[in-house]
Amino acid sequence: MDVILFLIFAAIAVVCGINVVVQSHPISSAISLIGVMGSLAVLYLLLGAEFLAAAQVIVYAGAIMVLFVFVIMLLNAGAEIRKGRSLLVQVLGIPLLFTFLGLMLYFVQHMFPGTADVHFGGFRHGTALDVGRALFTRYLLPFEVISVLILIAILGAVVLAQKEME
Amino acid sequence: MNFFLLSLIKAAVVAFVLLTTLAYLQWVERKVIAHIQVRMGPSRVGPHGLLQPLADVIKLITKEDLIPPYVNKFLYLAAPFFAITMALLSISVIPFGGPIHIFGDSTWMQLTDLNIGILFVLAISSVSVYGIALAGWASNNKYSLMGGLRSSAQMISYELPLSMAVAAPLLLVNTLSLRQIVEHQAGYYLGFIPRWSVFQTPMPQIFSFIIFMIAAFAETNRIPFDLPEAENELVAGFHTEYSSMKFAAFFMAEYSNMVTVCSITTTLFLGGWLPLWPASAGSNFVPAIVFLLAGAIALYHGLNPVRRRDAFTLPVVAAVFFLLAAVFLIPALQGALLPLFWFAAKTGALLFLFIWIRGTLPRFRYDQLMAFAWKFMFPVAVLNLLVTGLLVALFP
Repeated sequence: MDVILFLIFAAIAVVCGINVVVQSHPISSAISLIGVMGSLAVLYLLLGAEFLAAAQVIVYAGAIMVLFVFVIMLLNAGAEIRKGRSLLVQVLGIPLLFTFLGLMLYFVQHMFPGTADVHFGGFRHGTALDVGRALFTRYLLPFEVISVLILIAILGAVVLAQKEME
Repeated sequence: MNFFLLSLIKAAVVAFVLLTTLAYLQWVERKVIAHIQVRMGPSRVGPHGLLQPLADVIKLITKEDLIPPYVNKFLYLAAPFFAITMALLSISVIPFGGPIHIFGDSTWMQLTDLNIGILFVLAISSVSVYGIALAGWASNNKYSLMGGLRSSAQMISYELPLSMAVAAPLLLVNTLSLRQIVEHQAGYYLGFIPRWSVFQTPMPQIFSFIIFMIAAFAETNRIPFDLPEAENELVAGFHTEYSSMKFAAFFMAEYSNMVTVCSITTTLFLGGWLPLWPASAGSNFVPAIVFLLAGAIALYHGLNPVRRRDAFTLPVVAAVFFLLAAVFLIPALQGALLPLFWFAAKTGALLFLFIWIRGTLPRFRYDQLMAFAWKFMFPVAVLNLLVTGLLVALFP
């Protein structure tokens, strides 16, 4: 059962991921990206990380992608015009893609050899309680450092967006 | 297989009750607003206009289904479907009552109890903005686009105070499962003050409750925050180009969101299905007394009719009320019906508040709406969360 669900949602995620690049209209790409986020949330759920799944939907599909769609709608961006591909891309594109995928496959196999399959219900530490405990004990320092980093990024955005003062 | 069958029956019952509620909520809204404005409201179709929802459904189904040219067809058709799906989905985690026993089986009056229940509701509500935003964009109409833009800006802004207001009572109850949230609010202080989140020590969540309600009005696009469909500025906002059942889908989504938000408020802040005062002080007889009183009033007005047809309709209504009162007095059914009554009463009171406010308040201006969310609601919600956290840590 979990294998079938995994295959279905992994396939949806990959198809949506390819669709993000293939689509010419920004809104269609954004919606495909929402599809990727949603299928990833289901994959988290299958792994037993229910809190992460909910957070994925709330933060990525619900907040960040809404902002994306909002900006695209606000600028009323039309479909992009395709230019002809250069000779270099036409010749080397597909071989390079396969080389890259092959390298990824090799490294994943090399770094995690013979890992046992993960099954639904095998992992039971994905509840909000466990995630909260981990964040506030073991990973407290990285957690706080990242929050400061995000604060700096927000301040930077405010400074950049500010109108010039006379 | 028993579990499967039971879930199927429960889902069918909940869906039927919810859809009927949606249809009649609209009738109640029209009647209440009519009486606020000293009008009659719907009164032609059936006694007191009671068959009006049915007539509306027939009207909407038989209307011509227009698809304007130059719309993005896929998104134009998918948006209302998405909106109604998301609106109906979150009712699945709401607990309506405690465990019941039928034919030797024991089940909870709730479709499913997720241990991330409240996060599930937040996730659904954060995704449901796409229905409105994409409908506005796909219609290829400037008014629709403005409506969609306003709705996404408004929903992003008000989601922050909403989530903060949800987080504060969660600190008191220490769980995310909606069923356990209600169970944690059982009991009474001094024997009569209920331990609901709004009254619970060390920090009564009255501020969270108010912030949550205000944000809920904005999230459901209701007056005074109904800028996405402000008719004097934007024709009909995001659903300008929609007709027939596609328009009805948006309409149902709005009412369904209202029901969900009121149920969540009841569950989080008002003790869900728990009674107002202990059963030892006679709270079990409240529904019977309420229905008896309502029946007596209807009977009195039926015997002294103002209009000719009241002489027939009101005694019938009185008989229905007396029957309901009798049903609530049967001890075998009380275990299942009393929680349902309290849940429906609290949710209904909140729904009435929604309608009442629609009848009394004017619409906000757009800059007021944004300034209110970011400069007032959000700081107050954060402050409330911090104070709650401090008090919970000091007096566990």
